[in-house]
Amino acid sequence: MYTRRDRLFVAFLVIPSFVLLGAVVIYPFIYNLILSFGNMNLTRIRDWQLVGVRQYVKILTEPTQPDFYEIFLKTVIWTVVNVVFHVVLGVFLALLLNQKLRGKAVYRTLLIIPWAIPQYIVALTWRGMFNYEYGAINVILTKYLNLPAVEWLKSPTEAFLACILTNIWLGFPFMMVVALGALQSIPSELYEAADIDGATWYHKLTRVTLPLIRPVMIPAVTLGIIWTFNSLNIVWLVTNTGEPSDKTHILVSFVYKAAFNFYNFSQAAALSIFIFVILLALSLFFMRRSRATEAAY
Amino acid sequence: MGRVLTHIALMFFVLIALFPVWQVVNISLRPGDQLLSTKLEFIPDGATVQNYVRLFTEKDFLRWMANSALVSFVVTITGVVFASMAGYGFSRFRFAGRTIGLLSLLTTQMFPATMLLLPMYIMLIKLGLINSYLGVVIVYSATALPFCIWTMKGYYDTIPVSLEEAARIDGCTPFSAFYRVILPLAAPALVITALFSFMAAWSEYLVASQILQDTNLWTLPLGLKSFESSMSTEWGLYGAGSLIVMIPVVVLFLALTRWLVSGLTLGSVKG
Repeated sequence: MYTRRDRLFVAFLVIPSFVLLGAVVIYPFIYNLILSFGNMNLTRIRDWQLVGVRQYVKILTEPTQPDFYEIFLKTVIWTVVNVVFHVVLGVFLALLLNQKLRGKAVYRTLLIIPWAIPQYIVALTWRGMFNYEYGAINVILTKYLNLPAVEWLKSPTEAFLACILTNIWLGFPFMMVVALGALQSIPSELYEAADIDGATWYHKLTRVTLPLIRPVMIPAVTLGIIWTFNSLNIVWLVTNTGEPSDKTHILVSFVYKAAFNFYNFSQAAALSIFIFVILLALSLFFMRRSRATEAAY
Repeated sequence: MGRVLTHIALMFFVLIALFPVWQVVNISLRPGDQLLSTKLEFIPDGATVQNYVRLFTEKDFLRWMANSALVSFVVTITGVVFASMAGYGFSRFRFAGRTIGLLSLLTTQMFPATMLLLPMYIMLIKLGLINSYLGVVIVYSATALPFCIWTMKGYYDTIPVSLEEAARIDGCTPFSAFYRVILPLAAPALVITALFSFMAAWSEYLVASQILQDTNLWTLPLGLKSFESSMSTEWGLYGAGSLIVMIPVVVLFLALTRWLVSGLTLGSVKG
């Protein structure tokens, strides 16, 4: 049991953070929820009314420009492709680094750099590199690989691809670091035992390594999915607010545009809630699965 | 043979990881008449530091830097103080609302940026606080705080409770046991917390672009973006500015990698 003094001390420790979070997280969240049931926009910023679920119905049924379902599908593709590449590259590089190797620390340090650079600089730099005439990517394609130049930023598909390439580049170090941490905690006896049993490298990978790093990777992947789904900087800045003609949006950038370029505040609020619910459901699903896997080992 | 292949593969990825950085360096050193060159030389012809000089003499770069430093400093202090206290509370005490508190901290990670930004933006318009640092400082602190509290909690969990018990027997108050015994031991986690709070403020563009519209208040990201958005992109200035902005962050980040690894894995496994 705690004494009165202990209780006062806990209050002193925790309450400041919760007041701050309450003021700037919980209050805005509730305000956002209320807003999503209203009809606020730039011309109706003070005399807006509650109109029920109209915003949600509108999003799901009325055709928008660009099309909501197309954006949603694109967001799913964006998230899946990015996270798959992050994890595969990250684990692959971690496996390479997790052996006796000269210059290991140097490789590791250099490979983390994409994670360390501020995202907006990453985005603006890659935007420059994707430039049609003098961007480095097209220079390499045409001069060194004898391939035709690609019009990266002028057509929807290529621009979307450009965003994905940028984001893959920026995201693999996180997974690499997490996987490396997990690999280092696997006891070497397991590999010795596997060697005695005459296991091939493939068997060691699939029967020892991967199952053992799974409990660490699943929370990291969950986090990765949330971050990628919600990642606004890259799409917004690489495509310069959704060029060409708002055809490159994923959900979060579309919401940002709805809020701060079109000032459809209530529509944006409803979309935000929609994104949040999807991510919450996804995380609960993953957390349940990771608990199941932890119990299995 | 396998070893050689490993080195080749790693070098290939290092090359990819460093290529954009090299691009930034390269562009920043180009003289004005070669900004649109399509040559890929390691160091450009007639390399010059002219862009760096222009940054400080012709542009408000110093002012942006001072603004960014101010905002980042306040956010870092807020983050470290609040997270070190709250993390300790969550780690050592069982109290009503503890589990809900911890889970709601996790939930905030699923908020899309607009979910907090939009209500805050509308509030700030109504309060007439657009173009004030208070707005950005609050948003940045709030975004960084949940992660920092988790990191601190995870680290305190690894410090044995017997240390405080001993201190208490020696006559320490709960606060001095925390402040004099535990807090110094948690220095690595404090450093990570400071780094993350600092980066949240130093590298943020989208929130700042909505709240800070007065060019006198611009932080570095807004300044750098302005080189790119004007009719003709000033690539030289952009490159020079970017490099100055990213060097301290990259160096700090790399220096702290080791702690980052343990901090991240602890947080995710021990929950």
